[in-house]
Amino acid sequence: MSVLVFTENWDGKFKKLSFELASYASKVAEMLNTNAVALSIGNVDESELKKLGNYGVKKIVNINNDALKNLDDRAYTSVIAEIAQKESSEVIILSNNNMGKGLAPRLSVRLKAAIGAGVSQLPLSTSPFTVYKRAFSGNAFAHLELKTGVKIITLAQNSFELIETANGASVENFSVNVDASNIKVQVKDVQKQTGKILITDAEIVVSGGRGMKSPDNWEPLVELANLLGAATACSRPVSDEGWRSHEEHTGQTGKIIAPNLYFAIGISGATQHIAGVSSSKYIVAINTDKDAPIFGAAQYGIIGDASKVLPKLVEAVKEVKGK
Amino acid sequence: MKILVCISNVPDTTTKVKFVEGNTKLDTTGIQWVINPWDELSLTRALELKDDASTGVKSVSVAHVGSIAAEPTIRKALAIGADDAIRVNAEPADAYYVASQLAEVIKKEQFDIVICGIESSDFNGSTVGSMLSELLDYPSVSAVSSLKIENGQVVISREIDGGKEIVHVSTPFVAVVQKGIAKEPRIAAMRGIMMARTKPIKLYEPIAVEPLTQVVSFEMPKPRASCKFVDAENPKQLIELLQNEAKVI
Ligand SMILES: Cc1cc2nc3c(=O)[nH]c(=O)nc-3n(C[C@H](O)[C@H](O)[C@H](O)COP(=O)(O)OP(=O)(O)OC[C@H]3O[C@@H](n4cnc5c(N)ncnc54)[C@H](O)[C@@H]3O)c2cc1C
Ligand SMILES: Nc1ncnc2c1ncn2[C@@H]1O[C@H](COP(=O)(O)O)[C@@H](O)[C@H]1O
Repeated sequence: MSVLVFTENWDGKFKKLSFELASYASKVAEMLNTNAVALSIGNVDESELKKLGNYGVKKIVNINNDALKNLDDRAYTSVIAEIAQKESSEVIILSNNNMGKGLAPRLSVRLKAAIGAGVSQLPLSTSPFTVYKRAFSGNAFAHLELKTGVKIITLAQNSFELIETANGASVENFSVNVDASNIKVQVKDVQKQTGKILITDAEIVVSGGRGMKSPDNWEPLVELANLLGAATACSRPVSDEGWRSHEEHTGQTGKIIAPNLYFAIGISGATQHIAGVSSSKYIVAINTDKDAPIFGAAQYGIIGDASKVLPKLVEAVKEVKGK
Repeated sequence: MKILVCISNVPDTTTKVKFVEGNTKLDTTGIQWVINPWDELSLTRALELKDDASTGVKSVSVAHVGSIAAEPTIRKALAIGADDAIRVNAEPADAYYVASQLAEVIKKEQFDIVICGIESSDFNGSTVGSMLSELLDYPSVSAVSSLKIENGQVVISREIDGGKEIVHVSTPFVAVVQKGIAKEPRIAAMRGIMMARTKPIKLYEPIAVEPLTQVVSFEMPKPRASCKFVDAENPKQLIELLQNEAKVI
């Protein structure tokens, strides 16, 4: 038996979510009295692979195959299923990000394994196997029983702390046969976002809404984000108007995020916006309207004009951080 | 080329959800049901492709797994412009159940492009689309933010975590779509509403499928601590609170 965790890397370095997944998988393995095994697909060197051991994984299966350079959901599913069977995995854990959302449901069908998607805590119980997941766009949570022998969990990003332990991990290099003629998805071009912090990875996100008034007023908001090492985001009307890029739109129909700290500046707090940010640990709202619904979701608030408050906040951060 | 858009029927996005029967079921009283926002955008994109003769898209159908209560939602899709509809007459027990029903119908009806949304706003499963592709053994592309047909070739832009990829895929396939696929949902015009009344809704009876999951109960989110206000003239106090009390910066 084992708990298998599917990791992701970016240019040979594990994404932070891989360590979150490893920490989570190790805890699930503990609940089941077994070990966590990680699967890495890609060109990742031994010292990087071993880092997964810091988060409790006991074994790392490493697959480096040119045919898997690009993501083909079908080909990847076959590989993960093969390793899950080889390791007799009872639980398989992936991220609830773009890649995980594509692969987990395929695996579910392939292995006849029930899936709990967007899980944000350790399983509530292992027998029956019940998980805690988001429902109704964050307006409720469901206790969902996974009724099959093998179970799949996709973990909501940023919902589980990293837990470091003594490293006792071994690396096993494994080769798989990939039938290249079976790969139907061909990648023609890749446009990597460089230099910017990804909204979905960021621990702090600074977000602006229509209350920012004009695309020309964003400078202090961006400066605040830079000072805090934060990503920038926006409400839907702001991206619809083309004030900010579509990648920044958060909410029910945009990105769903769970940073430690979310600044909502000039955002009214419509349910569809809150749906994307309600899992943030802390929300700070800045708004001229004391009755704006965003204050109902926030722990800290300033009633005031963003164009006046933001420059002062920037100064305050500089002072406090001694810059 | 034939396109199928799978639509789920969900409570309007502003609904204040409540539960009944020991928190096991959604209280449906007073709920207004709508086409899942993603599916409305998928339908819009499918119709845009059909409007452009160069794409070779001849028809756009919609499919729904659900009881007769969902017919107004299906009619709405027809009013927006879908040519015809399919309904599998069954309560959607779980994602695997729904995907299995859809797969069965698709095997019989044959489509070139099947579009699903990234998630239903009710249960937030994010699973039906990719499950469906596996059941059909079709290729799938997820996180699709743009879908074009150029000289008979499907050209997709998909979001990866940290950028974008342009990919080609052969038909038939399943696209799981997200933000960007269409800008604004198309709205039904009076003419469309009239025409929708006579468009066909083909009825299928469900096949026997055992769901893989079961909702034990629902619970409401924990109430958040009430908001602590800081004077607008003194934002420094906010930074101090974030540093010393919340310990997040
Ligand atoms: C199906 C559907 C899906 C949707 N999905 C999303 C989604 O994913 N994300 C999303 O964001 N929205 C979404 N929406 C839209 C949503 O309903 C709201 O319209 C939107 O979130 C409002 O954006 P806003 O808060 O920026 O603007 P507004 O609602 O216009 O709010 C502006 C706020 O700024 C304040 N303000 C004004 N001037 C100032 C100032 N000088 N300083 C500080 N504050 C000021 C105002 O008091 C107000 O509270 C969706 C809607 C639908 C129907
Ligand atoms: N009952 C249903 N009937 C038809 N399509 C559905 C149904 N439920 C979900 N879908 C499709 O699957 C997508 C993702 O839904 P879900 O996996 O439930 O989050 C939706 O956007 C629809 O395209």
